[in-house]
Amino acid sequence: MGNLSKSGFSMFGFTVFALALAAGTALAAGSATEARAATGTSSLNGTVTFDGTAPAMQKIKMNADPACQQQHKDPVLEESMLANGGKLQNVVIYIKEGIAPGTYPAPKTPVVLNQTGCVYQPHVFAIQAGQPLEIVNNDPTLHNVNCQPKLNKKFNIAQPTKGMKISKSFDQPEGISFKCNVHPWMNAHAVVTTNPFFAVSDANGSFSLANLPAGTYTVSAWHEKLGAQTQSVTVADGETKQVSFAFKAAQ
Amino acid sequence: MNWLPPNVSSYGHQVDQLFWVIVWITGFFFFLVQGVLLAFVLIYRAKPGKKAQYLHGNTLIEVVWTAIPAVILLLLTVASQKVWAEIRYPRFAPATSLQIELLGEQFVWNVRYPGPDSQFNTEDDIATINQLHLPVGVPVLVHVKSKDVIHSFFVPELRIKQDAVPGMNNEVWIEATQAGEFEIRCAELCGLGHYRMKGFVKTEPLIDFEAWLRETKANE
Amino acid sequence: MSSASHQKPGFIRKYIFSTDHKVIGIQFLISSLLFMVVGGLLAMLMRWQLGWPGAPLGFMEKIAPEGMPGGVMVPEYYNMLFTMHGSIMIFFGIIPLLVGAFGNYLIPLKIGAADMAFPRLNMLSFWMFVPAAAIVLFGFFVEGGAAATGWTAYPPLSGLKETSGMGQTCWVSGVILLGFSSIFGGVNYIATIINHRAPGMSFHRMPISIWALFTTAILTVLATPVLASAMILLLLDRTLGTSFFLPAGMIINGDPLTAHAGGQPILWQHLFWFYSHPAVYIMILPAMGFISDILPTFARKPIFGYKAIAYSAVGIGAVGFLVWAHHMFQTGMNPALGTTFMISTMLIAVPTGIKVFSWLATLWRGSIRITTPMLHALGFISMFVIGGLTGIFLGSAPVDMYLHDTYFVVGHLHYVLFGGSLFGAFAGITFWYPKMFGRKMNDLLGKIHFWPTFIFFNMVMFPMFVLGMGGMPRRIYDYTQYTGLVHFKDLNQLMSIGAFCLMASQLIFMVNFFWSLIRGEKAGENPWEATTLEWITPSPPPHGNFTGPVTVYCGPYEYSVPGMKKDWQLQTEKPSGNPPR
Repeated sequence: MGNLSKSGFSMFGFTVFALALAAGTALAAGSATEARAATGTSSLNGTVTFDGTAPAMQKIKMNADPACQQQHKDPVLEESMLANGGKLQNVVIYIKEGIAPGTYPAPKTPVVLNQTGCVYQPHVFAIQAGQPLEIVNNDPTLHNVNCQPKLNKKFNIAQPTKGMKISKSFDQPEGISFKCNVHPWMNAHAVVTTNPFFAVSDANGSFSLANLPAGTYTVSAWHEKLGAQTQSVTVADGETKQVSFAFKAAQ
Repeated sequence: MNWLPPNVSSYGHQVDQLFWVIVWITGFFFFLVQGVLLAFVLIYRAKPGKKAQYLHGNTLIEVVWTAIPAVILLLLTVASQKVWAEIRYPRFAPATSLQIELLGEQFVWNVRYPGPDSQFNTEDDIATINQLHLPVGVPVLVHVKSKDVIHSFFVPELRIKQDAVPGMNNEVWIEATQAGEFEIRCAELCGLGHYRMKGFVKTEPLIDFEAWLRETKANE
Repeated sequence: MSSASHQKPGFIRKYIFSTDHKVIGIQFLISSLLFMVVGGLLAMLMRWQLGWPGAPLGFMEKIAPEGMPGGVMVPEYYNMLFTMHGSIMIFFGIIPLLVGAFGNYLIPLKIGAADMAFPRLNMLSFWMFVPAAAIVLFGFFVEGGAAATGWTAYPPLSGLKETSGMGQTCWVSGVILLGFSSIFGGVNYIATIINHRAPGMSFHRMPISIWALFTTAILTVLATPVLASAMILLLLDRTLGTSFFLPAGMIINGDPLTAHAGGQPILWQHLFWFYSHPAVYIMILPAMGFISDILPTFARKPIFGYKAIAYSAVGIGAVGFLVWAHHMFQTGMNPALGTTFMISTMLIAVPTGIKVFSWLATLWRGSIRITTPMLHALGFISMFVIGGLTGIFLGSAPVDMYLHDTYFVVGHLHYVLFGGSLFGAFAGITFWYPKMFGRKMNDLLGKIHFWPTFIFFNMVMFPMFVLGMGGMPRRIYDYTQYTGLVHFKDLNQLMSIGAFCLMASQLIFMVNFFWSLIRGEKAGENPWEATTLEWITPSPPPHGNFTGPVTVYCGPYEYSVPGMKKDWQLQTEKPSGNPPR
């Protein structure tokens, strides 16, 4: 009953449908930039490596929906394990402990999750609790965004037409997934953090957390298939420390 | 008249025939009732000095208008039963070596061909999403199933509709009689994506069908 | 509130918590008409989306920001709309209107009783109906919105939190409450009709409307407990994790559901239709009854084949319990079972045919007065016939294999429930309005309401058969997704325009209804020169209904009796001249 004011299907619903301010840029970078003002001078740089043979990524059966297939000349591969020459891509690196939640207000710049060519872009990202997430459908077909987190509010909403946007945010730090039931290969993963210090490893497995204040942190690295690892790291003001994570193929 | 889409199924013409028989019968009674209603209202409008007839009924005519519809409906039931049995009673199903598993899921159709070993869920299976190919002139046994909620496999041109119910394996057979491209339309509300839980059906000569199977397997 | 009730104890007892069957009947009438307006407006939104898929409707963004962001409807909102449209129209519109309003108002008056057998139970029945509707509608205001699984609420879709939200729980709870309301009403009707008939009012002197309401009450009492039980089981599945309707091995959204095993989704359909098919007769039999009262009145002629019509109502009621699985031909149930249900379904067309032919024969050699209620009664026959005949297509299992769950079914059910029940209700309202309120409705406005309603109704509903035959499934948010259905866009636009005009035409009725309350012509006891007992008492009838003892001497439709000066003989008049049958 207390949810009366929280439903948008009603007359009294809250307007979460504030339309997009501007198309977002690179999300992790964007939010880190915003947080820069109030932060320190330390950095954590590093790489994520993968030991073992990565399975070959399957071709996506795009012919399930011609609206998807028409957008791709070449076969599209899955993205769940991208390990190029021992470097692991799409690992979220973030400060798990060492910064009290609430120290850094959530940026207002939205993280943008695109659905383009029936693939989520980006496939993996991080977002600070309270930061808006803008989900955009760039395809001339229906996508539904099905998000069933454990701690945050679940949602499953449809975007039937090209150009539709919705804005959501998450309150609790946790790992969450997005899925489209119309195109079952479509999934995206995100880590909700309590602070703006996070990065996603690139194709070379490298990442950088800049503008950290000096301190001792638990740094976590999370991969959708391989799980999470943590390290304790201490940095001083102005210091740039190298941190590396090594994942092994699941047995 | 093309009220119904073209039929490309071996038993479709029987369904259509029955449909048209019912159109003619109900059409007759439709015009009879509307005509009589209109005529009586026009003829028997109240006129000054004219009294209605004091009449409570007539057993003979009541028996007649009970018996005639009863007989017509009985014949219709018999005719319907004949077609129904032929399509759905397992003992009338044609022998066939080709089987397909059609697994509904919010909001796609998972299609699985058993491959050369005729066994489902083995290495040589051929699986697609939303792509159902059928050979022309070969009866196919379709195992209609569901992963989650109820869906319904409906291809208008094949005159087939079969619900996909979780926990059940509903077997139906179809035989395409012409090559062409059609749509699977989900006919049972299954959630927000129900309206476009769309599959693609291609009926093609057996040789092309087999080539497609090989190609799909090679592409996996 | 409480202080007001102390100051004016009379008002609350008289108009809100009244035990007078007439007040309760009018309460049901007004509230069900209100709910039908709500249901109708929901249909308008659906027709907007179907006529112009994806076109924005600006003002709706404020009313439903999540359902229509930027005024553009999203599919889940469309699903809520048809679910709530169907549920409201059936559970909170037609059933309470035909059974609740007319059953309450007419039964004691027409059988010569002072009130219902159980007046307090009657009041309880109404006051359970109101919160039931409120709970179901409350779904629009909860997280995730209203129920969106169709008025049939098939599990697993409706039985899992993963696939349906809080609104579904509201819906189930509300319908359970409504079930009890119906059962209380039904028990009351049966007891009243059996025990409270005036001296001389034998069963075979009861008006056909009473036969129909009696049969309806029996159907309600036998079928509704099954619905209520099924709903309770569904609620348990949803909330406590039981598995009555949920089988093992389900995978929702990629996650295996291990908590459920052993249930059977088809069981729900059996239980649901065991109620809901008789419910179709609950919704049509009373209307048939009203027509059977109205036709003789305005044809000035006894009804043709009284016993055949009365017994066919009972016959429809009885066979109505044996046809439920014709809704399930394509579920994968044993095809031999399909055969048995096909036979019983075809069988039920016979008594229906008897009624239609008897009505026509009632008009034959009559002296027909075209009044507003008569127009609606004739409209009922004309439209109900289409509903009935199209049912034969669906009763034939192989043809149903093609037409099941297409717009053909939607057309069929609207011809039965709008063309039939609602025209019957309009006939009933315009016919008994003078008795209820002491003033006649304006006849010219009534006719001006009838014609556009009749024309636009057909403009919306008849094309549905074309869509269905063309293979357009029902409950489809955007049919243009299917290349084979894109060409139906023009037709859908035409239907939508018809729907908007149909809705607008109802304004005429509303104006007439309220205007006539104040300005209508005073009715007197018997404005239609009719024969049954409600017409021997003042309009509106006093508390206790009749001013003196009532004794019945003849049948209900003694019109144009030879040798009588006036052409109607009240049931309380002693026969003179030719003894009636």
